[in-house]
Amino acid sequence: MNKKPTTYWRTNLKYLAILLTIWFVVSFLFGIILAETLNQYQIGGFPLGFWFAHQGSIYAFVILIFVYVYLMNKLDKKFNVDEV
Amino acid sequence: MSAQTWTYILVGITFLIYIIIAIITRAGSTKEFYVAGGGVNPIANGMATAADWMSAASFLSMSGLIAFMGYSGGQYLMGWTGGYVLLALLLAPYLRKFGKFTVPDFIGERYYSKNARLIALICALFISFTYVVGQMKGVGVAFARFLNVPFDTGVLIGIGIVFFYAVLGGMKGITYTQVAQFCVLIFAFTVPAIFISLQMTGNPVPQLGLGSRGTDGVYLLERLNQLSVDLGFDAYTSIDRSNLINMFFITGALMFGTAGLPHVIVRFFTVPRVKDARISAGWALLFIAILYTTAPAVAVFARTNIIDTLSNSSYATVPQWFTNWENTGLLSFEDKNNDGKIQYVADENINELTIDRDIIVLANPEIANLPAWVIGLVVAGGLAAALSTAAGLLLVISTSISHDLLKNYLKPDISEKGELLAARVSIAVAVVAAGLAGLNPPGFVAQVVALAFGLAASSFFPAIILGIFDKRMNREGAMSGMIIGILFTASYIIYFKPQLGGPGLPENFWWGISPEGIGTLGMIFNFIIALIVSRLTEAPPKEVMELTERIRTPRGSQVSSVQTH
Repeated sequence: MNKKPTTYWRTNLKYLAILLTIWFVVSFLFGIILAETLNQYQIGGFPLGFWFAHQGSIYAFVILIFVYVYLMNKLDKKFNVDEV
Repeated sequence: MSAQTWTYILVGITFLIYIIIAIITRAGSTKEFYVAGGGVNPIANGMATAADWMSAASFLSMSGLIAFMGYSGGQYLMGWTGGYVLLALLLAPYLRKFGKFTVPDFIGERYYSKNARLIALICALFISFTYVVGQMKGVGVAFARFLNVPFDTGVLIGIGIVFFYAVLGGMKGITYTQVAQFCVLIFAFTVPAIFISLQMTGNPVPQLGLGSRGTDGVYLLERLNQLSVDLGFDAYTSIDRSNLINMFFITGALMFGTAGLPHVIVRFFTVPRVKDARISAGWALLFIAILYTTAPAVAVFARTNIIDTLSNSSYATVPQWFTNWENTGLLSFEDKNNDGKIQYVADENINELTIDRDIIVLANPEIANLPAWVIGLVVAGGLAAALSTAAGLLLVISTSISHDLLKNYLKPDISEKGELLAARVSIAVAVVAAGLAGLNPPGFVAQVVALAFGLAASSFFPAIILGIFDKRMNREGAMSGMIIGILFTASYIIYFKPQLGGPGLPENFWWGISPEGIGTLGMIFNFIIALIVSRLTEAPPKEVMELTERIRTPRGSQVSSVQTH
C-alpha cells in the first residue's frame, strides 16, 4: 500500500508531463510563436501556422484527452485502484 | 412559408421540448438538485457540458469576430477549447473523487478554512452573475429581432422559460434540457455551414471546404487574402507580429479561465465515477470542437461572400437582406463620394460600409440564399445556446447561496428539505435578478467578461491545482496566492479599461498585454506567492494531507459520495 500509490502517482505525472507538452506545442508554439515560420508551408489550401491556430490545435486537444483516458484506465487496472 | 413563420414554429417546438423534459426530470433531493443525483451518463454529461459552455457569444458572435480578425481570431478558438485538456488531465477526476457539490466546498475543506470558502464563494457568485446577465440580454435581442416583440418582452419570455425548468428540475432538469439544447444548437450551426461549403467549394464538410479550392479553382483562403489586400486590409491568414505576446497571454487567460470557471467544473460532479469524469471531459470537448472547428469556416465563407456581393456594387440593386439589416441599424451605408456604389475598404476616410460583427451568423443564411427554414433554425439554435448557458450559471448561483452560504456557513443544522427549498427559492430569485439586470444591462457588463475569465484564471485555477498536486500546500499559501492573484488581475483590468473608469492607456500596457490577457500573469503570480508562503509557514494538518492522498486514486469514489449524502 505504501509503495504502490507512489509509483502509480509518478506514472500519472509522467503521462501528464508528456501530454501537456504536446498541448503547449500544438497551440502556443505552432499556433502562435512559430506560426509565421510555419505559414511558409501549406497543407491543402491552408498555410500551416494558420491551420494550427484555427483547426489543428483543437483536433489535437480532443485526441489528447482520449489518449489520457485510455492510458489512465489501463494504469488504474494495473495498480488495482480502478472502480467497479 | 416565410422565414418569420418558420422561426415561430421552430422556436415553439424547441421550447415545448424543453418544458416536457423539465417536467419529466424534476428533482426530489438536494443531491439531484445540485449534481443531478451524481448518475449522469458521461456522453449525456458531455453534451450538457458543451451546451452549458457554448453561450450566445460562441454561437452568434464568435464567427463574426473571427471573420474580421482573421488569423488573430485563433486566440478564441484555442483559448475556449484548450482549457478542457487542463480540466480532463488536472482537475475533473480529482474533484469527482473529492465528491462534494461545489468549488467553494473543495477550497473550504482542502484549506481547512471558512474564510477561504467565503472568498471562493464571492468569486463564484461574481463570475457567474456577470456572465448570466449577458446571456439574458442575448435572449432579449434574439427574440426582439426575430419574433418582432419588444426587447423587454423577449427578456421576460426568456426568464419565464428558464425559471420554469431551473426551479423545478435543478441540475437534473437542467442537464437533460441541455442535452436537447445541444442537439438543437449544433444542428442549427452546422446545417447552414454545410450548405454554404457545398455552394462555395463543392465539399460538404466545412472544415475541409475551408482548405479547398473555390468554384474558380483558386484556394478559398488564397482568394480571400487577395481580396483583403486589394481593399487595403491585412491578408486574412497573415500574422500580426506586434500582437503575438498579447495573443499568447489572451489564449492562456481563456484556457486557464475555462478550467477555473465554477459552472464548468461543477459539471464533473454529476457523473458516477472518476473515470466517467475523465471521459466526459473528452466527450464535452469533442462536441464543442464540432462548433469550434466549423466557426472559422463560417467566418471565411461569410467574409468572402460579403466582399463578393457588396464591394463596388450599386446601392440601388443591393439584395433584400441588406435592406432588412439596415433597418436594424446593425448595417449601414453612407455614400461619401456620391457615386451610388458601395466602397468597402480598410481606409476609414473612404470606407462607406459599417457591419456589426454580431450579424454574421444570423445573416449568413440569407447572404447565401438558403431556404427560409434555415433562418428559423439558426434563431432556435441561438436561443438554445443562450438559455442553456444561463441555466447552468443560475444553478451555480443558487448552489452557492443555499449550499455554501446557508448550509455551510450560516445555518449548518438546516434539514435536507429546508435546503432544497432554499435552493429553489435562491434560483428563483437569481433568475429574476439576472432578468432585471438583463433588461437594464449596466454598461460595464460586456467589459467584465474579461474580468470573469481573469479572476477564474488567477484565483480558482492555481488554488485547485495546488490543492491536488502539492500535498504541502497550506491555508496560508493558497489564500495569499488567491488574494494577490485577484487583486493584481482586477486592478490591472480596471486601470486599463476606460469603460470601467480606468485612466490607463493602451501604450502603457505591460509588454503590450491587454486586460483580456492579464489573467495569465495573475495566475503566475498566484502560483509563485502560494508556493513561497506555504514553505515558510506550518504544514497542513495530517487529515488534510490524507485527503490529498485519497483524491489521487480513483477507487472509492462511489463510497465517498454516499457518505456525503
